[in-house]
Amino acid sequence: MVDVPQWLIIILALVYAPIIGLFLMGIERKLSARFQGRIGPPLFQPYYDLMKLFSKEALVLNRVQILYAYLHLAFMMVTVVLLVLGQDLLLVLFAHAFSTICLILGGMCVRSPYSRIGSHRKIMQMVAYEPIMILMVIGIYINQGSFMGRDVFLLGKPMLLTLPLIFVAFVVAGMIKLDKSPFDVATSHHAHQELVKGITIEYSGPFLGIIELTFAYEVFVIFGVMACFWTTNLWAGLGLALAGYGTMILVDNLTARLTTNWMVRYMWSIPLVLALSNLIWIYK
Amino acid sequence: MKALARSPWICHYNCNSCNGCDIELLACLTPLYDVERFGVINVGNPKHADILVVTGSVNHRNARVLKNIYDQVPKPNVVVALGVCTSSGGIFAGCYNILGGIDKVIPVDVFVVGCPPKPEAMIDGFAKAIGLLDAKAKGLSTPLAEKPRICMVPTVRPEAEAPVSSEKA
Repeated sequence: MVDVPQWLIIILALVYAPIIGLFLMGIERKLSARFQGRIGPPLFQPYYDLMKLFSKEALVLNRVQILYAYLHLAFMMVTVVLLVLGQDLLLVLFAHAFSTICLILGGMCVRSPYSRIGSHRKIMQMVAYEPIMILMVIGIYINQGSFMGRDVFLLGKPMLLTLPLIFVAFVVAGMIKLDKSPFDVATSHHAHQELVKGITIEYSGPFLGIIELTFAYEVFVIFGVMACFWTTNLWAGLGLALAGYGTMILVDNLTARLTTNWMVRYMWSIPLVLALSNLIWIYK
Repeated sequence: MKALARSPWICHYNCNSCNGCDIELLACLTPLYDVERFGVINVGNPKHADILVVTGSVNHRNARVLKNIYDQVPKPNVVVALGVCTSSGGIFAGCYNILGGIDKVIPVDVFVVGCPPKPEAMIDGFAKAIGLLDAKAKGLSTPLAEKPRICMVPTVRPEAEAPVSSEKA
């Protein structure tokens, strides 16, 4: 890792992160279809969807909304770059939050009531999961004595052994981030009629493609963070991330969509208590 | 095959239909037929759609809405008209408010006949629509669909266009 130039790592990360993310989304659609007794789309369906969206006509409502779509993508790219370079985890968290805020502002600057309701619900989603993310970063800090992401690899033992409850809380928070049931209140990847796609209703063609591309980056980020909970062995880390991702897909298919208030109450009770008790346990 | 033809998302507009066609359209998404095999997703938003599926006999009231929704579907797109109502007005043909086919309001690429059409017939119609999408994505010009020469009841309105009866078809 040391002798590879930094610009090469950045380019490789920016190119391969969405490819991996789209592949994981394809696995998800196939698995969901199998859970429901269907054959399901081909494994590469998300690639076709994305290529199609970029080939469609660009219908622009207002230019500010398009700017927010690009900013959403840009901040998510910054998140991926910071994470891959092993930078400060707090900065990763802030860049990630800025990306979501851009999506919310994009949903707010149109007149569609569905888009506005979707944005409101996205804010409530952030209220629900951000404390878990911060507690996770604090847990990592207590564990290794620094906020730097690259120090996770210098620990010599897997983080999962000291932060198991925080991992569970992070999987639940990741379900909100990836819009999985029962938390897919702002926009849903399966129920397209719920809020008529909510926050993304007014984006079409290539701009919807940008949102989808950002989502692929986000899948990569969540998957990568889950893998970092087992750093000593690559296959164990991959297995752990796949297990977490598989749990998300399973719960997505098992549960119905619940209300926004329920989501906030739930996140601020069970996962928050899990993460806090993990912090108390490892506090020196 | 272009990517557009591999992920045709359909948006469905009920243009004064009796809901028979709409229920049969949703049956296409069930595990028995599973149109998602072809990448088809039933979206609720015309701005995300590639195929606009219209059911029902268009009338003077909703013709404007239908035109508006059609204009919101980004090009290249395909219009599929489901059911006999969309071609002639079906059992409503000849009513004072029925225009007699959605092709009088928007260009129709595929007509699927039946009252309601079976899901197999709809899947056949979607397959044709996917072929047209592929052609349109390559920049070819495609002909509009010919109106099926089927009418369930003869018209009673003298000034309306006389539909051709099924014997002549």
